[in-house]
Amino acid sequence: METDYAIIGGGVVGLSVAWGLLRRGLTVTVLDGDDGAFRASRGNFGLVWVQSKGMNQPRYAQWSQQSAALWGDFAAELSAATGQRVPLEQRGGYDLHFSEETLQATVEKYLALKEKLGGDYPFEVLGHNALRKEEPHIGPKVVGAILHHQDGHANPLKLLKALAGDVRRMGGRVLTGKTVTEVTKPDSFVLSCADGTSVGAGKVILAAGLGAAVLGPKLGFKAPVRPQRGQVLITEKLPKLINRPSLIARQVDEGGIQIGATNEEVGHDDRVTQPGLSGLAAEAIAAFPALAKAQLVRSWGALRVLSPDGLPIYQESTSLPGAFLVTCHSGITLAACHAHLLPDWLEGAASKPDLEVFSESRFAVS
Amino acid sequence: MNPVSPFLELDQTPRVEVVFDGTPLSLPAGANLAAALLAAGIGEFRRTPVSGAPRAPFCMMGACFDCLVEIDGVVRQACMLDVREGLSISKPKGGSHATP
Amino acid sequence: MQRHDLVIIGAGPAGMAAAATAAELGLSVTLLDEQSRPGGQIYRDVDRVAALRGDILGADYIHGRSLTAGLHHGAITHLEGATVWAIEDGFRISYTKDGRGAQIGAERVLLATGALERPMPVPGWTLPGVMTAGAGQILLKQSGLVARQAVLVGAGPLLYLIAAQMVRAGTPPLAMVETQTRSDLFRALRHLDGALRGWRYLAKGLAMLAEIKRAGVARYTGATGLRIEGTDKAEALRFTHRGRTHRIACTTVFLHHGVVPNTQAARSLGVTHRWDTRQACFNPVLDGWGQSDVPGIFMAGDGTGIGGAKAAEIAGRLAALKLAEALGHISAAERDRRAAPLHSAKARERAARPFLDLAYPPCAEAMAPEDATTICRCEEVTAGDIRRYAALGCLGPNQTKAFGRAGMGPCQGRYCGLTVTALLAEANGQTPDETGYYRIRPPLKPVTLGELAAMDHGSQDAAE
Repeated sequence: METDYAIIGGGVVGLSVAWGLLRRGLTVTVLDGDDGAFRASRGNFGLVWVQSKGMNQPRYAQWSQQSAALWGDFAAELSAATGQRVPLEQRGGYDLHFSEETLQATVEKYLALKEKLGGDYPFEVLGHNALRKEEPHIGPKVVGAILHHQDGHANPLKLLKALAGDVRRMGGRVLTGKTVTEVTKPDSFVLSCADGTSVGAGKVILAAGLGAAVLGPKLGFKAPVRPQRGQVLITEKLPKLINRPSLIARQVDEGGIQIGATNEEVGHDDRVTQPGLSGLAAEAIAAFPALAKAQLVRSWGALRVLSPDGLPIYQESTSLPGAFLVTCHSGITLAACHAHLLPDWLEGAASKPDLEVFSESRFAVS
Repeated sequence: MNPVSPFLELDQTPRVEVVFDGTPLSLPAGANLAAALLAAGIGEFRRTPVSGAPRAPFCMMGACFDCLVEIDGVVRQACMLDVREGLSISKPKGGSHATP
Repeated sequence: MQRHDLVIIGAGPAGMAAAATAAELGLSVTLLDEQSRPGGQIYRDVDRVAALRGDILGADYIHGRSLTAGLHHGAITHLEGATVWAIEDGFRISYTKDGRGAQIGAERVLLATGALERPMPVPGWTLPGVMTAGAGQILLKQSGLVARQAVLVGAGPLLYLIAAQMVRAGTPPLAMVETQTRSDLFRALRHLDGALRGWRYLAKGLAMLAEIKRAGVARYTGATGLRIEGTDKAEALRFTHRGRTHRIACTTVFLHHGVVPNTQAARSLGVTHRWDTRQACFNPVLDGWGQSDVPGIFMAGDGTGIGGAKAAEIAGRLAALKLAEALGHISAAERDRRAAPLHSAKARERAARPFLDLAYPPCAEAMAPEDATTICRCEEVTAGDIRRYAALGCLGPNQTKAFGRAGMGPCQGRYCGLTVTALLAEANGQTPDETGYYRIRPPLKPVTLGELAAMDHGSQDAAE
């Protein structure tokens, strides 16, 4: 056995877990794909987000809150270790509304969730004028917003880079350009790659995003993940225009305005489309009219990794104990939990988080 | 008073008035804007939003985006525009966001 | 949305020739070009300029008028000043003209998007006053501007052409600092018989060199250690020649070490590209008619591999013949009959290429820049950054893009892509093909959100 843990997938999810395990003195080998692989870690929106998560499953709301609370320390530790800032702002975020009806309906749902969470759900409703004080560029069509104080945003690419650097610095072995084709467990685990590489490991974590749908069943998982396309736009670098992030737009630390995102069920097609770009542009301009004059410099499509109910899956294999499936849509928000808390769960520590609601048992056998 | 230009102009063309960063300039009507600004002695078109370094036209064919200027609130490539009477041209403000 | 048999993107020699041939054969053609007048870069503004300074620019330039004349055909719609920013399946082409977004449909698309200067990252290349040699030529052609105190740096026949034109305009360059060596020339000589078949190019090159020499322009070959000095603008070029360091004070530096295909549009459509070792660039994979592996997408001209203006013109006509046959306007036999002389002319045009490619190889120190040199002009990423990202596991340019933003700026990798691929290939011990290139996506050129929103049919009042 060469390594305590082999992690299949070198995106933010896999590297966050690897980082947490290395920090506990365990040995880790990460097997990552190639330059052209679908990579949600490169295409995500970059929010560290609480509101609207877990409306039907308070435990998911809590898990997101817990991660948001840990994010500051996580980013600081990574920055200190790598000498490179991982930009993070947690000064709240908005859910912008163009009609009183949708605003009111959302507030009611939030109030219900707040009660289930024992009151820990700090949000306030801003009418148009109050919002305008916070966001001078907000457009007249925005009737108001829910400002949730636990929301924020990060630079997901700098997070990815910091994790890639720090995992190596702590002695993690990262093998790139690998496609894992088979996992067997004669005694301990043996992972075989398409190029002939073989890795022996005590435990295996499947954190391969959409790749889990293919590999999962071989390890005894249902792994019912599907792609959902999100198109995202980013403008030229602009002077400060937006203070707090929303699901519609955020101003990234480099200055560009990032605009998102579509929700499209189009399989493994990550292209962008003119109707997609135009729809997003129109919505962003309705929210911030000054954006009409901004130049769109880049756009991309990325594939969300979605389970049937949109929640994460944390599952140990029943047929191959020691193999774990870790997959979620919100890899950035949950990165701090994955780094700080998931290792306890993987190691079966006394203090391990209760992740039962995220097991695969919630999916009906098909 | 225009600074001395590093370029010699072969053509004589009727001039129109424009403003670049607050300075009035007489430029050849209908000329390529980037070329006309260079000929008028404008050596710096913008500062980069990353490091604040000065930039001026590099490729003159719409590919490099170093000749970006702001006109009517929109940042455009000067090498893809023509000189028109009354243009008000300024350096793009994107750089003012950059944090050190 | 209007639909046409054929939409051609780019009104240079390939695009203009293809449009004229296709229209003659009965196709309805729309030609889109981002410049306000036809000609491409090689024949830029030729209709207006030929009379003004045809004597300076030469007969090869004036030839462009025969191509612009071919556009006056009832079946050709030439949309000038139209910047294409998306080509999608179907085909649906989105472009900007006069500040507004518009769309056009096409059964077939011919990409004739031409070439770009090969990026030449040497210390100081981002300073104001440093431009591509192509830019120098465009300034002269279109605007009648000649640099008063210029140094021409790099390698390739284009440098001689510009120098000769500057001499004719009465303002010779201060010096020509060339990076090719005598051994490059010897290596090239084994392709001399090919070059002799394309003897016109050699003869022109020698005549230009004689013209430059007569004007007393200093010439240095085999120069190394290129460095442009200056704080806020170019002030001097420093280099080493035969073991001695030289410094030439100047206000303008024109860089050139070859041109490379502009592959942005083709890559956005998923056309397969392969590394061409002799030309040190990626070329699209095409059949003899310019047909790509994406059904319905054709390509012609320097965007398919550098061959020059004449070769581009021929390739444009060949593609048009195939398109006319494919769309049922002529028979295969008629296509082949018309194509036969074009195929031989193409072979003649190509004959001189291997000699030129080997005699004027890209400048070695710009192909593998020192760590401190900026390679991505937009995001100001250095060669050393790319090498560090390789050490962090980046196998390809899309990963370094995510790590350090190289290729994320408004030029979308046009002036860093090949450098990043070369640096990663070297650092990872891979070939350029294994390393790959940026994933190019719309918008191919920046477009304002207002224009985009105005094309949103879901909400008509969004772009007010």
